[in-house]
Amino acid sequence: MKYVNEFRNGDVAAKLARVIANEVESDRDYRLMEFCGGHTHAIFRFGIQDLMPENVNFVHGPGCPVCVLPKGRIDNAIKLVQDHNVILCTYADLVRVPATKQMSLLKAKADGGDIRMVYSTQDALQIARQNPNRQVVFFAIGFETTTPPTAVALQVAQQEGLNNFSVFCNHVLTPPAMRHILQQDGDQSANIDGILGPSHVSTIIGSQAYAFCATEFHTPIVIAGFEPLDVMQSTLMLIRQLNSGRVTVENEYTRVVTDEGNRKAQALMQEVFELRPIFEWRGLGMMPNSALQIRDIYAEWDAEQRFAIEHITSSDVKSCLCPAILRGLNKPTDCKLFGTVCTPENPMGACMVSSEGSCAAYWSYGRFRQPDTATAQQERTA
Amino acid sequence: MRPYSGKLDIKHGLVNMSHGSGGRAMAQLIDQIFMFHFDNELLRQQNDQAAFNVPAGRMVISTDAHVISPLFFPGGDIGSLSVHGTINDVCMSGAKPLYLSAAFILEEGFPLSKLEQIVISMAKASREAGVPIVTGDTKVVEKGNGDGVFITTTGVGVVPDSINISGERACIGDVIILSGSIGDHGMAVLSSRENLSFETTLQSDSAALHRLVKRMVEVAPDIHCLRDPTRGGLATTLNELALQSSVGMLLEESSIPVKAAVTGACELLGLDPLYVANEGKLICICDAADADALIAAMQADPLGRDAAIIGTVVADDHHMVQMQTSFGGSRIVDWLASEQLPRIC
Repeated sequence: MKYVNEFRNGDVAAKLARVIANEVESDRDYRLMEFCGGHTHAIFRFGIQDLMPENVNFVHGPGCPVCVLPKGRIDNAIKLVQDHNVILCTYADLVRVPATKQMSLLKAKADGGDIRMVYSTQDALQIARQNPNRQVVFFAIGFETTTPPTAVALQVAQQEGLNNFSVFCNHVLTPPAMRHILQQDGDQSANIDGILGPSHVSTIIGSQAYAFCATEFHTPIVIAGFEPLDVMQSTLMLIRQLNSGRVTVENEYTRVVTDEGNRKAQALMQEVFELRPIFEWRGLGMMPNSALQIRDIYAEWDAEQRFAIEHITSSDVKSCLCPAILRGLNKPTDCKLFGTVCTPENPMGACMVSSEGSCAAYWSYGRFRQPDTATAQQERTA
Repeated sequence: MRPYSGKLDIKHGLVNMSHGSGGRAMAQLIDQIFMFHFDNELLRQQNDQAAFNVPAGRMVISTDAHVISPLFFPGGDIGSLSVHGTINDVCMSGAKPLYLSAAFILEEGFPLSKLEQIVISMAKASREAGVPIVTGDTKVVEKGNGDGVFITTTGVGVVPDSINISGERACIGDVIILSGSIGDHGMAVLSSRENLSFETTLQSDSAALHRLVKRMVEVAPDIHCLRDPTRGGLATTLNELALQSSVGMLLEESSIPVKAAVTGACELLGLDPLYVANEGKLICICDAADADALIAAMQADPLGRDAAIIGTVVADDHHMVQMQTSFGGSRIVDWLASEQLPRIC
């Protein structure tokens, strides 16, 4: 497949692996956080860790929008369906996410709730047009990547006077989460040497949005595409920065990402949304100025106002290590629940919820890895 | 003498509750749609059952309920699928499929023209396969209690005593053969769903595999396992076999055929072709010494033209399926967790 196969070429990967092996300094460790679930997915799906020297380790970050959505917001969505009888339109990978008391949208649907899986905000608008006598709510989640389409949906609803449509906004912002992780110190410090920066998010906000990583936290960052060669090339770029003592924002994903990002999309977001003073992230807790809410001029289409949605405090399973895993302090296999009571079929914590979550990726692609396979790989590429 | 008069208005008519009530209307529906198109000697006897002699050997029976949305998709429909699916389940034992039964659950209001279209497709599939539908049943449920039409088919066949193909027979050192490209059916069906408007030339691979199996059994009677990777795809079927046989499996990603259109659609939706359904492919696990003869026999059949060895059976206490990726790494190919859902980003 054109524009995909080129970035999955095994021969190029082997060459890159040799270059990385030659350039790493053997007397130090490289702890690199891949920020997005898309990176985590690529690392496991293509077996990238096998191609890395032993002292290069990936730390899985919190960039999975499904994973970081707090339980309380799903409880809110279920209440919309059960108490207000709305048609709830949602992206598909949210339906399995556990809410309070092991409820989920999937279970609410089985219980008679009208929950529709959609592929875009346009589908949700169409459902609203086709059901003028029903309230239709779009369950909006995601980082800056999925925010502009939600903004468009709100504008269209306003233009068309689509009064039975509203948006339950849960959009969150990437830079505050990154800042939160970098500013932890002492026991809570993630000890990250460098960051593989968001790819799709950066198409919207631009690579310069992460300048603070370098200037305030002295942590190098390379904006990395989601294809496996992107991840490897970005890793090499980070290793070079670290070896030479340079600390800056670099962009590997130049075929899509620019310094300033997509100005039009930014303006759109600016027009429709404003900063939410505080928002809860599953696993990371309450974070100020880390999420968006709908501006007053679109209040009529804001589900939180229309249905007077109240904050529900989430209670996560206590022994779950997700908060530490999301901050890079622990690996999924450190958690007692991993693979015992917590599996993709029965997720307990945020990281097992979506296939992009680090626990789910570990479980699906990485558990019971036969050490001899990995060693053989390293010998082959060395 | 017929208990009803006149012809069913297939062009404009709709299924109504009387079509399932056992009275005249039902007799008319059965005669003019089912009997007319499925027509065969056993059906013509009009008994509540079909009686027949079977050759020597072990009898094989399998049943499959078919519910699919949409009912018509590129490369097939629920009718042809209900014939192929059950023939395939029977012949994965190495058996020659002999007869089928079919039970229809129709939803009130379903157009008779569509029903006839489905029945014609079933009749064609059954005739092409040489496996007649010899008995059946029809029920009608009230509008809202069904999804147009559900079809359950049961197949019987006979396998010679000398053949023992079974899911627990995979041995360490065996090779794993796949008959062709994966994911065609699932992606063809997905592409024709209303809420997904992507255009593709993909066709479902829905097909009856019994003739391919016959060729295979002729050249290698000691095939260890055969299975068609339907729901859950190649990955899930291999995991089932690994667990049943208490072995592990090691696949080579580069040897698994996937059409570019399937890869493309999967990329777009965030799906993995390894987990996408097939309806005309089989996995064969056999002694390495039989592999060449089997591949040659399979490639001589149109349904096995792209047959290839995709991996080997290995010792593994965890009974995992692992894969060397084309990229140069390795990964686990796990069971499908719940349903494969498109990813948000």
